[in-house]
Amino acid sequence: MNEQVKIDIDRAERTEKLQGMGCKRKRVEDIRFTQGKGSYVDDLKLPGMLFGDFVRSPHAHARIVSIDTSRAKALPGVIAVLTAADLKPLGLHYMPTLAGDVQAVLAEHKVLFQNQEVAFVIAEDRYIASDATELVDVVYEALPCIVDPFKSMLPDAPILREDIQDKMVGAHGPRKHPNHIFEWQIGDRQATDDVFANADVTIKEMLVDHRTHPSPLETCQSLASFDKVKGELTLWGTFQAPHVIRTVVSLISGLPEHKIHVIAPDIGGGFGNKVGAYAGYVCSVVGSIVLGVPVKWVEDRMENLSTTSFARDYHMTTELAATKEGKIIGMRVHVLADHGAFDACADPSKWPAGFMNICTGSYDIPVAYLAVDGVYTNKAPGGVAYRCSFRVTEAVFAIERAIEVLAQKLGMDAAELRIKNFIKAEQFPYHSALGWEYDSGDYHTAMKKAMDAIGYTSLRAEQAEKREAFKRGETRELMGVGISFFTEIVGAGPAKNCDILGIAMFDSAEIRIHPTGSVIARMGTKSQGQGHETTYAQIIATELGIPADDIMIEEGNTDTAPYGLGTYGSRSTPVAGAATAVAARKIKAKAQMIAAHMLEVHEGDLEWDIDRFRVKGLPEKFKTMKEIAWSAYNAPPPNLEPGLEAVNYYEPPNMTYPFGAYFCVMDIDVDTGVAKTRRFYALDDCGTRINPMIIEGQVHGGLTEAFACAMGQEIRYDEMGNVMGASFMDFFLPTAVETPKWETDFTVTPSPHHPIGAKGVGESPHVGGVPCFSNAVNDAYAFLDAGHIQMPHDAWRLWKVGERLGLHG
Amino acid sequence: MTKSHIKVTINGKAVEALVEPRTLLIHFLREQQNLTGAHIGCDTGHCGACTVDMDEMSVKSCMTFAVQANGAAITTIEGVANADGTLSALQEGFRMMHGLQCGYCTPGMILRAHRLLQENADPTEDEIRHGIAGNLCRCTGYVNIVKAIQYAAAKINGTPYQEAAE
Repeated sequence: MNEQVKIDIDRAERTEKLQGMGCKRKRVEDIRFTQGKGSYVDDLKLPGMLFGDFVRSPHAHARIVSIDTSRAKALPGVIAVLTAADLKPLGLHYMPTLAGDVQAVLAEHKVLFQNQEVAFVIAEDRYIASDATELVDVVYEALPCIVDPFKSMLPDAPILREDIQDKMVGAHGPRKHPNHIFEWQIGDRQATDDVFANADVTIKEMLVDHRTHPSPLETCQSLASFDKVKGELTLWGTFQAPHVIRTVVSLISGLPEHKIHVIAPDIGGGFGNKVGAYAGYVCSVVGSIVLGVPVKWVEDRMENLSTTSFARDYHMTTELAATKEGKIIGMRVHVLADHGAFDACADPSKWPAGFMNICTGSYDIPVAYLAVDGVYTNKAPGGVAYRCSFRVTEAVFAIERAIEVLAQKLGMDAAELRIKNFIKAEQFPYHSALGWEYDSGDYHTAMKKAMDAIGYTSLRAEQAEKREAFKRGETRELMGVGISFFTEIVGAGPAKNCDILGIAMFDSAEIRIHPTGSVIARMGTKSQGQGHETTYAQIIATELGIPADDIMIEEGNTDTAPYGLGTYGSRSTPVAGAATAVAARKIKAKAQMIAAHMLEVHEGDLEWDIDRFRVKGLPEKFKTMKEIAWSAYNAPPPNLEPGLEAVNYYEPPNMTYPFGAYFCVMDIDVDTGVAKTRRFYALDDCGTRINPMIIEGQVHGGLTEAFACAMGQEIRYDEMGNVMGASFMDFFLPTAVETPKWETDFTVTPSPHHPIGAKGVGESPHVGGVPCFSNAVNDAYAFLDAGHIQMPHDAWRLWKVGERLGLHG
Repeated sequence: MTKSHIKVTINGKAVEALVEPRTLLIHFLREQQNLTGAHIGCDTGHCGACTVDMDEMSVKSCMTFAVQANGAAITTIEGVANADGTLSALQEGFRMMHGLQCGYCTPGMILRAHRLLQENADPTEDEIRHGIAGNLCRCTGYVNIVKAIQYAAAKINGTPYQEAAE
């Protein structure tokens, strides 16, 4: 074996040992989770712990005439019953929302949605608490309610929010009606109108991204323990953003922030549900402060689906203007956004409609105009980002459905129309008409790879044959080919335009190397299943040459972790992942000084080699990071402080823009409306890939949630404001039987501004998946002049489409 | 409320306890026995996060009263590992195939898969998918859960695991 081969083998072995970036490292979390040793909020048990449960409104809109808690209080085991009257003197009957609104913690004079929190019973066990909720006597006087957001701003509409009816300027400007929340406009309206007035071809479609819910398998829960002697509060909870929760608790309770210990233990999925602050958290805290003992609150599934954080409910009038050759020249969108009874969106403060202005998508559209009106209705509050960056699923649904409608009008192939309008690789960084700077992309390459993989041309040929066969009555099956080419915008975000409650949306990492060369690192984010304990360690392993197995990642304890804005909007890798790399590089710079001292050479004479600094030209003279760590504590160079650690608060210069090309092949039985996904191919480009196994897992999960949203999942209300089907009996969560099989693929276009080039991926498959499924369904019926078919596409609704089109004979 | 006396064997250990007649098995296990591996996800029997093995049947412990377990032998996720403390074939399969993410459904999923493999030692993919249809997962899209169960079946049967073609 020659010398060079030996060196190569040695380097390969050392690299492999690190289990750094790019390898399919098995997850460290799984050791505890597969043995039932995870520690979720409801697993925690404290001495003397009490349980809270809510009395909830049966009405969507009603005046509260009286609340009588005496029968409940008389039940043995009941310790207290809180109502708004108890919270009001503490100033806690309302809480601020992240969207600049206020939300009732416990209803005072009125209830505004079904299942709204009216009283909080605290008892010795959860059974007694539940019993007692039925003994609280509330007299209501029902009021007319608004369920349809298009009726919110009618002149004779009942005023919902009497608490703010005189406040005609909200957090985002003037309000046009007492039930109006905000109007948000962006883009050049006049120029857009001019383009539409003179365009060869225009399309206009009302695209509804219906109300649904993130529904992680673990509901929202909290456990508050107030130490009256120390005046300190410890709060465990299902918090995607534990530091933000600490600040919110401090601001609304008046407790100093250093005396609040917020801890997010293991979290059983989040998907946006666990970003906001909920009445249950506040009531468990108040209960514990008042009673001086721990109080736990655990939501049941019905409460989860009907009260904490719905998603979507965007009614998007979407227009495109194009030349007759198929060049898109303008986009105009008006959104009516139903926010329910309180504006409890969890968006960055300056973005009342999130990043809806990414709606120009992957296309070079010269002018665009977007206006969003937010309104109140008698439905649950929220408007969270369900497995997407803020309102990006809505935005991508709008453009990706609209472009198909345009393709049909032009008589063009939908893939060809997309390719014709793609932003070209050489146009990056690309400035969109609605104000974003896309960091990098190569859409044509990704699209070509995807079309080749799926066999696009032959699929269209097969479809043409099937359509003829259908017309001849030889088959009752319709074949649809769905396409989606999405651009996500994730990693919020730069301080200039992203903050939550005034706190810039940086994130952080603190890395501490121990004398023996093992590591503890803490981040301001919080995993809910994404595998942070595994992947952050891979970044550090590659950056510092320390095996990932020797690196412990800790998140969620706000006493020990540096301040961060948490995990949502695919921001962990783009922001905290960047902080991790930067902190590691600070350590590496110091390590280089130490190594130079140890080897008695100048720093500049050293070069990095996988896990060591070696003398240039003398590879046998080196110090490994492990040796350097010992030296940092044992014999640091003169004038250099001992120790080896660093912290970085990373404020990203820009968002990252992952993208992807998705294709779905679907067969629909017109007589039953049953849709079968024959193939689903997802090509994702998330920049540098840290752990391909975890990326694939994220894509599988995101596609499954997209499938659910597009094909059946919905939070529906009847005209009385009764929430229909707030249980897993009716709310569609696909099982292993319905869930399609997923094919995954990738291209790699690194982010130019991210330290390791990574972009984030967790939400892309959801964002890209929803329109892909809907396009497949719409494409199946397109040759029958069905017009746009609204989601969700469950069998019943698709059967009705067949009825409408007279296909059932 | 008058309490009932029950005798159960949990993970091979005899347990006697007093429970209210209405106490659900899941609460008995989690709160009285401190076995918090099984979780509550839906309260209505749909999600299967609370699945345990009772007298050689998969049982949703949020739909079962503790008194119904009187005289029964129960296995929970805490009793699944090999005697020497190493991960069982299923536990290992879930880790190797990335069959879990947030971990919340995992104990129920593993217990269900355990019973499935007892009933059918070499299930097809379709049989696995139908066999775990009572257990919901929000994170994985099931692809890797199916692979995890195939991995375990192969390991238990002493046959080489062949990853199903994509």
